[in-house]
Amino acid sequence: MNSSGGKGSMSTASSSAAWKAGDVVPDQFPAGLRVLVVDDDPTCLMILEKMLRTCLYEVTKCNRAETALSMLRENKNGFDIVISDVHMPDMDGFKLLEHIGLEMDLPVIMMSADDGKHVVMKGVTHGACDYLIKPVRIEALKNIWQHVVRKRKNEWKDFEQSGSVEEGDRQPKQSEEADYSSSANEGNWKSSKKRKDDDDEAEERDDTSTLKKPRVVWSVELHQQFVAAVNQLGIDKAVPKKILELMNVPGLTRENVASHLQKYRLYLRRLSGVSQHQSNLNNSFISPQEATFGPLSPLNGLDLQTLAATGQLPAQSLATLQAAGLGRSTAKSGIAMPLVDQRNIFSFENPKLRFGEGQQQHMNNNKQINLLHGIPTTMEPKQLASLHHSAQSIGNMNVQVTSHGVQGSQNNSLLIQMAQPQPRGQILNDSAGSHAPRLPSTMGQPILSNGIAANVSTRNGIPENIRGPGYNPVSQTSSMLNFPMNHTSELPGNSFPLGSTPGISSLTSKGAFQEDLNSDIKGSGGFMPSYDIFNDLNQHKPQNWELQNVGMTFDASQHSNSLQGNLDLAQSVLVQQGFSSGQMNGQNRSAAVVSKAMFSAGDCTEQGNAQNVNHHLNNLLVDNTIRIKSERVADAGPANLFPDHFGQDDLMSALLKQQEGIAPAENEFDFDGYSMDNIPV
Amino acid sequence: MDRNHLQHQVTCMRKSLFDQGYLDEQFIQLEELQDDANPNFVQEIVTLFYTDSARLIQNIEQALNSSPIDFSKLDDYMHQFKGSSSSIGAKKVTDECKVFREYCRAENAEGCIRTFQQVKQEYAILRRKLEVYFQMVRQADVAHTA
Repeated sequence: MNSSGGKGSMSTASSSAAWKAGDVVPDQFPAGLRVLVVDDDPTCLMILEKMLRTCLYEVTKCNRAETALSMLRENKNGFDIVISDVHMPDMDGFKLLEHIGLEMDLPVIMMSADDGKHVVMKGVTHGACDYLIKPVRIEALKNIWQHVVRKRKNEWKDFEQSGSVEEGDRQPKQSEEADYSSSANEGNWKSSKKRKDDDDEAEERDDTSTLKKPRVVWSVELHQQFVAAVNQLGIDKAVPKKILELMNVPGLTRENVASHLQKYRLYLRRLSGVSQHQSNLNNSFISPQEATFGPLSPLNGLDLQTLAATGQLPAQSLATLQAAGLGRSTAKSGIAMPLVDQRNIFSFENPKLRFGEGQQQHMNNNKQINLLHGIPTTMEPKQLASLHHSAQSIGNMNVQVTSHGVQGSQNNSLLIQMAQPQPRGQILNDSAGSHAPRLPSTMGQPILSNGIAANVSTRNGIPENIRGPGYNPVSQTSSMLNFPMNHTSELPGNSFPLGSTPGISSLTSKGAFQEDLNSDIKGSGGFMPSYDIFNDLNQHKPQNWELQNVGMTFDASQHSNSLQGNLDLAQSVLVQQGFSSGQMNGQNRSAAVVSKAMFSAGDCTEQGNAQNVNHHLNNLLVDNTIRIKSERVADAGPANLFPDHFGQDDLMSALLKQQEGIAPAENEFDFDGYSMDNIPV
Repeated sequence: MDRNHLQHQVTCMRKSLFDQGYLDEQFIQLEELQDDANPNFVQEIVTLFYTDSARLIQNIEQALNSSPIDFSKLDDYMHQFKGSSSSIGAKKVTDECKVFREYCRAENAEGCIRTFQQVKQEYAILRRKLEVYFQMVRQADVAHTA
């Protein structure tokens, strides 16, 4: 396979550079779009390459999925879109799709000679942004750039007040925004966009960016408010206008709310879909499969925690998650926010998180797993790791996401911390790295407490699962709202999911969470499996999440109600944490948030992207001395599943705020601010 | 004169390949991709196809000869082969592949074996025709540039 990635064979002047630097001339777009095409058939591959070159794209071809993944991991911001065949000898195309979605959150187009309905549907559910039937015509390829733009646009929506920026405008603006974006963006305008500043409040980018509209950053706090409003109105009746009124946030527009709500809904839907998987989550989580959930682990941890807290998560899963998470992160990782791809992991109402849709595929962030889209939390996986440790004590929700050094994986620990050491390892941090912060499906699992969690690279196990279970709609019980924050890297402020974690739901440890969560969450701290953390928070009032890093510290366990707010943290794990002090008002929200994070984490392809999760998880631990370092503990590198764009600080503060009584954890938390940038992509 | 004549021959042959259903629209897609940077693109692709598909053919043969026949594997191989042949516009070959897959799904070994013979036959016929065609094209080009 030729890697022509670097060459601008078609692009006008190194497109990638152009994009990043912002000097790209909008007119050139889509010329120079960096496409990675994967197909084991050399004939098709060659034809596609030629076609794409003719479209003036910069093409890199690859005949093996594994190679493609490693290329993507090595160069997180090196590609704009991926086209992959469904049938490949070394790896199923859908699996690759999931990985990419979780880890990098790039738009992925599937292709196949098979045009059967199921296959196409599978593409949809796994998050593919399009499906092409072979033989592919060049006309079909000419417009693939729309997927890239669309994704970006969706990500922005959360950030910007009105997403009416034109594409043309957007391009340059993006780069500009990236420039001043606080998070250490990787320089890729894409990521920068996703990354949203760490600031909580809407950033006024007007001055700085060419965008004339101030961007709204869906911080944890904001998201929590959002979730609270939605809950109050009832998910069915929640209309942007009313939500806006209830939230009463100056400067927030109806449009902001509308787009955020959309994501949230997707997240919830995904959750419901995921919940079904939950039952298998346990297995899946821990399943070694491609450790895609590396980064998720942290998240998973979180979830695990919550789950654990609720007792839902089987200890092992939590442990695994934790191990995964912990393993990875260096204690720093705080909350492993469910790296569930930001794809809206709002597991608000439905525990079934099925992130499938968005998340999987695009976690867009390659660079950043927007766990919390809104919340610029940089959950460091480490934090999650600490979460893990804390997870041990379910009661205490000590989500110690011990800084997972690992990016993502650490997060899991946090999640898991929630109470029960759920073997969700997945959630834990490990997966966090890779996947969008899947809310630690470790609901109840003491996520990381086992320490194993850290390593549990939630790989996969969690990610997918997390989504589901964790996200139990935090109905009432504090089960956190696991919002599956959009996978698509847009975690609208809500925690989430690290990147695309389609699998985030997996965090929710194997189904157990979900169910339990729901019930538990009722205030008893039932965590949503996915957001274990939250659940736990809700449940355990007194929990003191010692999530150290629980990025996603889902204090959920602790505060049954406080969770609510937590959920908002997309990475909400943090929130939870903070709240755990009883804040979890049965609102699963927090949990949700956490779970989301967990999910993300979980989802994060085990690849070690647990980081994200970790990060998020870490964040959640705002509550107690959680040092949520949202950094996603990049598990191994490639994981940058979720750009930590959640400023940890934000999360922390959000969390802190949530917990009324929670001590000024802020000080204690060392959030590094989630900057998506941190996520080692 | 000569040039025109050769060119004319090329055009005729090309037309007949399409009319007789040996090639379809996809082949035109390949032709359109050919440009100055890749003046022999179509031929290169076809060559690549035949080279690569040889192993698929072999796999299918082996699968058919094994017993019991693993139909799902067979279907898989054929799916790949079909994808490949359709990408170069080999219409008849692809059509036979579809028939094969039907038999495969029905687990009709005999039907599969019989159809596979057809597949191979069409595959070989097309190869010969395209070889002739490309040769003519080259000659016409040479004449053209001469």
